[in-house]
Amino acid sequence: MCSLHSVGMLTVVPPLQEILPDGGLRRGSVLCLSGAIGSTSLLLALLSGATAEGSWAAVVGLPGLGVEAAAGFGVALERLVLVPYPGTVWLEAVATLIDAIDLVAIGSSGRCRPNDARRLAARVRDRGAILLVPRAWPVSPDLSLEVSAPRWSGLDAGYGTLTRRRVTVRCAGERQLWLP
Amino acid sequence: MRTLVAWAPDWPVASAGFPPDTAVAVLADRRVVAASEAARREGVRLGLRRREAESRCPGLVVLERDLAAEARAFEPVVAAVAAFCPRLAIIRPGLLALDARGPARYFGGEEALCRRIADAAPLRCGIADGHFAATLAARQGVVVQDNRTFLAPFGVEVLERPELADLLRRLGIHTLGAFADLPTASVIARFGADGARAQALARGEEDHPLRTEAPVEALARTTVFDDPVDRVDVAALAGRSLATDLAEALADRGVVCSLLRIEAETEHGESLSRLWRGGLGPDAMAERLRWQLDGWAPTAGITLLRLVAEEVVGGSQPALWGGTSAADRRAARGLDRLRGILGPDAVFTAALRGGRGPADRVVLVPWGEPRPRLQPAPWPGCHPQPAPAMVHPNPLRAEVTDADGEPVAVSARGSPSGAPERLSVDGGPWSDVVAWSGPWTSDERWWGERRRRARFQILTSDRVAHLCLLERGQWWIEATYD
Repeated sequence: MCSLHSVGMLTVVPPLQEILPDGGLRRGSVLCLSGAIGSTSLLLALLSGATAEGSWAAVVGLPGLGVEAAAGFGVALERLVLVPYPGTVWLEAVATLIDAIDLVAIGSSGRCRPNDARRLAARVRDRGAILLVPRAWPVSPDLSLEVSAPRWSGLDAGYGTLTRRRVTVRCAGERQLWLP
Repeated sequence: MRTLVAWAPDWPVASAGFPPDTAVAVLADRRVVAASEAARREGVRLGLRRREAESRCPGLVVLERDLAAEARAFEPVVAAVAAFCPRLAIIRPGLLALDARGPARYFGGEEALCRRIADAAPLRCGIADGHFAATLAARQGVVVQDNRTFLAPFGVEVLERPELADLLRRLGIHTLGAFADLPTASVIARFGADGARAQALARGEEDHPLRTEAPVEALARTTVFDDPVDRVDVAALAGRSLATDLAEALADRGVVCSLLRIEAETEHGESLSRLWRGGLGPDAMAERLRWQLDGWAPTAGITLLRLVAEEVVGGSQPALWGGTSAADRRAARGLDRLRGILGPDAVFTAALRGGRGPADRVVLVPWGEPRPRLQPAPWPGCHPQPAPAMVHPNPLRAEVTDADGEPVAVSARGSPSGAPERLSVDGGPWSDVVAWSGPWTSDERWWGERRRRARFQILTSDRVAHLCLLERGQWWIEATYD
């Protein structure tokens, strides 16, 4: 765990290592997750590698986050913090979390002014944390991951269950990824 | 309880083994945590950054903190004191504590005991009621009779709660005495449970009253090696699984180890035993076991390793004990502060439990309360795995119709009236159903307000998959596989 700090990266699970240009999450960066469908699963997948290694993660303003799905992805629930309804002081809440927690994710409910976004980005760089933001982020992020073209398998006309889907994750060049 | 704390001043520096008049500073987290006297004369202080320290004292020897080496070097000191005060506990390398009552009686008084220890090892001793006051007493080398008067002039930073101290200073409260004088109710209201604990410390009350409501028998885990193990790292690896085992057993009882006994035996019959104090999780326990093995440097192979949780305390772990790793402690401090900003019912962790629907299977625990240890067992009638990533806090109304345009219903036997063909969410546009499966039925609370539900998985032509619920003729979108 000490080595993570010195290298300046947080680990991700192997399938995502091929997608991220650095092979991991670079500390001090802002990542944007977008896509009409599938971005929540991608968020959970990104959190799983680091929390399993001992990092903490917080999700602010996403009351619909599926905790069971998080556990299924391998997120360590004892190190996952949820602030589903931050209210009007969500900016201060996110800033406080950035000081204390390595991975902070914001749900799409928080509207953010460009100045505030820039200040958060500066704080993130200073503390070596990682901020995961939704599509409508006013300032361009360090890295942008877009999920698209999901193709499900397992379900048929009246039988079977959804088992997994193949999505395309675009991150400076397209890659294919299997998601549950 | 009369506690004696023995402190080795600047142990990180002293253990590094430099000749006495060298200017040495030890850094952790890029800041100075210890400095030799020669360095301090030149103006090096705790908390300085490296560059500043080097500029104040050119020729300063700068070292990174090595806790394992400090522990290793501390072991002979501990052994020297343990020779006549066997029941001591190590708080951390450079700091040990013991119950002063017995030894003081034996050696003819508390002052005499302090002198005896100071003769045996390079330690400064202090005696007071409780660990917190005794640790501060040790820095001055005094025996304290009245905690509150002794503590009053200290600054609020000795509470080791930087955000609280910052806040208190801005409110004009600089000393423990001033903090102790505040009314308790206001402190709880403003600073929460942790603030109240801090105030109790400032008043000289003890931090861990031995809360033994129900005596928990000492939990131990032992490993016996058939072939004596010569290498410390192999033994430490076995120790790590012991520590994880023990921590899990403790967690199942909802407690955390606050006093750990580490025992080992070698094939020559030497047996070694040491007590470590602190709120210890599995990583911390394994770490101390490793340090201990390094410090003993046993002459023969190790045949037995035992970890005994001699004292336990219940409650939520990081919040009470400051966690076990630097990340846990940092997170706990930040979350306490966040709870102060948002209120106690806004910050949660989550645990899984049994239930049928995706929302039922999760329990949200407010931060600061102990996490329940629940077993999420497979429940009949439960939605299938993998679980949906987006569970709508308020399920969305929906309509599902079959090929004839009729709403799809489910008979009492659990068979659908027709195959779902079209889906409309919340009065929105209709989309075609590409694939579906179900129903997974559940008949809950038949004794009271009966809830008969049927769940379906539905995949639409715009490639969105939902977990849908049918109850009393109304369709709902319970969750979406986002």
